[in-house]
Amino acid sequence: MSVQDIYDAVVEFDIDKVVTLVNAEVANGTDVSEILSHGLIAAMDEVGQRYSEGEFFVPEMLMAAKAMKAGLEVLKPLLSQGENEKKGTIIIGTVKGDLHDIGKNLVSMMMEGAGFEVYDLGVDVDTEKFLATAKEKNADVICMSALLTTTMPFMEVTVKAIREQGLSFKTMVGGAPVSEDFAQKIGADGWSTDAPGAVETARRLTAK
Amino acid sequence: MLVVGELINASRKAIGEAIKAQDAQYIQQVAKDEREAGADFIDVNAGIFVGKEPEYLQWLVKTVQEAVDAPCCIDSPDPKAIEAALSVHKGIAMINSISLEKDRYNALLPVVAGTDLKVVALCMSDEGMPETMDARLRIAEKLIDGLVKNNVPLNNIYVDPLVQPVSTNNTFAVEFINSVEAIMTRFKGVHTICGLSNVSYGLPVRKFMNHAFAIMAIGKGLDGLIINPLDKMMMASLVTAEALAGRDDYCVQYLKAFRNKQFDFLG
Repeated sequence: MSVQDIYDAVVEFDIDKVVTLVNAEVANGTDVSEILSHGLIAAMDEVGQRYSEGEFFVPEMLMAAKAMKAGLEVLKPLLSQGENEKKGTIIIGTVKGDLHDIGKNLVSMMMEGAGFEVYDLGVDVDTEKFLATAKEKNADVICMSALLTTTMPFMEVTVKAIREQGLSFKTMVGGAPVSEDFAQKIGADGWSTDAPGAVETARRLTAK
Repeated sequence: MLVVGELINASRKAIGEAIKAQDAQYIQQVAKDEREAGADFIDVNAGIFVGKEPEYLQWLVKTVQEAVDAPCCIDSPDPKAIEAALSVHKGIAMINSISLEKDRYNALLPVVAGTDLKVVALCMSDEGMPETMDARLRIAEKLIDGLVKNNVPLNNIYVDPLVQPVSTNNTFAVEFINSVEAIMTRFKGVHTICGLSNVSYGLPVRKFMNHAFAIMAIGKGLDGLIINPLDKMMMASLVTAEALAGRDDYCVQYLKAFRNKQFDFLG
């Protein structure tokens, strides 16, 4: 029994096994952050990569995330304060006027799986709400999703507001109509076509 | 079964480029192919061109109708773009779509009120996307009620119950299909319509799943589809499913499809 077994259980989407193994490792005295990084988070990276490569599919990503989360729940009371701060804090939501949340939910879930502290504001989120929450939570990155060409412009509104108010939050954008060109044009710091890519981008933007 | 050909959509790369280049010949060829394959309406969408949508949508309608004798399905949430397109449209167009989202509802209702236009009524409200049959029915009822009160006859309304991916929730497909049945039963005379591709998001072999989903929905009463009519297997499946659902007296349409060689792709 080892941290590798936890990793394997996540990649095999076996929730019960993950919980049992994490409890056992903790009882064994294994370093909690070692279990988190090399067991749970590393496994989610593997799942994300296999998804991006077309080997895994959305339901499997959901199952893996559920397993990862179950393991994380075991660890949470044991994690030293500041463990999450190290990875960074993410504010995420679908922009104003847009109610599509499936892609946004996947990104939100994978961010949590990567160990970020995630505040998901849901759908139809306006600039004020993004900024107020980002200030309150001392966020690193604001992630905005839009599935409609008619709601994409709200991303630019938020990016501009951050700049005008001299705030330091990084911004990421995503959603079916969003392209690299668009992200650059509006001055967003990052973009991605899928959830695992969003995790990578967020890691790059929060690297210290 | 009413078939709306979905191919002339600016978010498809070749179409977007053709619109930008004002390549009428290419657009017309796609429209002709769709019509010949059995599309009743030709969907036109210029949604990616922010600011130029009215101009491009109007051009699309003109261009398409120069080549084919069929009405268009005008695919836009913007009343200005729709009005521009309608001003050159011949015959009775379909508008895709009104929804219960307040802004969209208020913008689109005056466009269709008291007209002969056909209208897609999308089950979406400011409260978000409905996930259950009950939530869809509540939205459908308000939409139908509002449209009928504004002199849009029931048989010009095509309710789209909103397809969501079964990959993210295993009840999504069945809730949709049950909604079709409930809407068709409760509001006799209304139609139901949908696109298919959302159902298979995040899964492999999507085309196959889309087919199975279409057939299941037709079994529950779905009588409109926004699809690629050049997909021969899909078109043959629709005719077959309608016959199996008891909506093809003496299998007339099925036999017609057979004689038109619609099943020849099977070899």
